[in-house]
Amino acid sequence: MKIVIPVDEKTLESKVCVSFGRTPYFLIYDVETKESIFIDNSAAASTGGAGIKAAQIIVDNKADVLLTPRLGENAAEVLKPAEIKIYKTITGSAKDNIDAFIDGKLPLLDEFHAGFHGHGGN
Amino acid sequence: MRIAVLSGKGGTGKTLVSVNLAAAAKASTYIDCDVEEPNGHLFFKPEGVQVEEISVKIPKVDHELCNGCRKCVEFCSFNALAYIKNKLIVFDDVCHSCGGCILVCPESALTEKAKVIGKIKKGVSGEVVVWTGVLNTGEATGIPIIKKLLNADNPQGDQLIFIDCPPGSACIVMESIKDADYCVLVAEPTLFGVHNLGMVYELVKLFNKPFGVVLNKCLEGENPAEKFCLEKNIKILGRIPFDNELGTLNSNAEIAVNKNEKYRELFSSLLNTVTKEVQHETTTNP
Repeated sequence: MKIVIPVDEKTLESKVCVSFGRTPYFLIYDVETKESIFIDNSAAASTGGAGIKAAQIIVDNKADVLLTPRLGENAAEVLKPAEIKIYKTITGSAKDNIDAFIDGKLPLLDEFHAGFHGHGGN
Repeated sequence: MRIAVLSGKGGTGKTLVSVNLAAAAKASTYIDCDVEEPNGHLFFKPEGVQVEEISVKIPKVDHELCNGCRKCVEFCSFNALAYIKNKLIVFDDVCHSCGGCILVCPESALTEKAKVIGKIKKGVSGEVVVWTGVLNTGEATGIPIIKKLLNADNPQGDQLIFIDCPPGSACIVMESIKDADYCVLVAEPTLFGVHNLGMVYELVKLFNKPFGVVLNKCLEGENPAEKFCLEKNIKILGRIPFDNELGTLNSNAEIAVNKNEKYRELFSSLLNTVTKEVQHETTTNP
C-alpha cells in the first residue's frame, strides 16, 4: 500500500505542507517495503488548477491513500474515480502521520473546500 | 471618445463619477464593465432593455475516440483536464476557453460546446444609452463579456462613452481600458486609497494612456491622495467633497446631477475639464 503526503521538505521529519496542490514535494511511502520516495510537485507553479494537476500526479504514482490537512473540491473530483482514500493529517511530522494512519488514528477527510481561485485577491 | 473610469479599490467612487459624468454629458453612452457586481443600472433605471446571453467555448469529450494519449492534459496551462482510470475529465470552471486542447488532440476526440457565462443588457435612460455586463456567479473570468460590451455597436467620433471599470488593476481592468482614449482615476483621501491609486497609476502608465485624477470624498486638511498627485506631477481633474447630501442621494440610487443644481455644476465642470484633456491628448498624441 502506498501512502502519499504533501511535505515541506524531503525528509520523514518534515512538516506536512498546508497546501495540497502547491506543496513543493510529495512523500510516497510504501507500507510493505517501508521505502520512502520524495518527488517534486510539478503542479506547484501552475497558473491555475494546481490541485487538479497534483491529484493527477498522485494517481499516476499509483497511490492508495492520501494524508493531507485539506483538499480542494477539484482535486477531490480527480481522486474519487481513482478510488484513493483521503485522510486528514494531525499536527506533527510526516512520520508521525504515517504512524498515526497505520494505527488507525487518522479520520477520513470528507469536507472539501471550494478552492482559493484568486477571488478578491487579485 | 472613450473615457475609462477606474480605481484601485472598490467603493472609491467609480460609479458615482461615471454615472454623473454621463448624465451631465446628456447624449452619451455608459458602459458598466464591473461585470461581477454591476450597479450603474440602479441609477439609470434603463428602459427598453434588450438582453443577449454571452457564452464561451469549452471542450467536450468523445470518450469513444479518446485513446488516452494525454496530449491535451499536458498542453493545458490551467490544468483543466485530467486523465483518470482511462477516462478524460474536463473541469469546465477551470477552462479558459483557449481551444488548445482541441487543436492538439490527434484523435479529434475533443469538440467545442458553448457554455453560457453571463449576459449583456442594453437600455436607454433619457439621452444616455446604458450597457451592463453581468457575469454569472462562480465563473472564472468576465473578460469575454467585457470584450462583447466594448465591441458592441457603440458610437464613434466625438460622442462620449464612459466606461465604468471593475476595481483593481488585474486583467479584467486591462481589458476595460485597452481601447480607452483617456483614463480617469478616482482616489480616496486615505493611505489605503493612495496605495490603490498607486496601482492604477502604474497600470495606466504601462498602457501609455493619458490620465488624470478625481479626488473624491475630500475633507478639510491633508489629503494623502492629493499629495501623491502633486509628488508625481499628476493632473488633478477635480475634487468631490465628502458630503452627506451627495452620499444620501447616491445611496438612494439617485443621479446627483439630476437632483441638485450644485452637483450638476460640479460634474459639468469636471466633464468640461475631462473633455478638454481628451481633446488636447487626441490632437497632440493622435
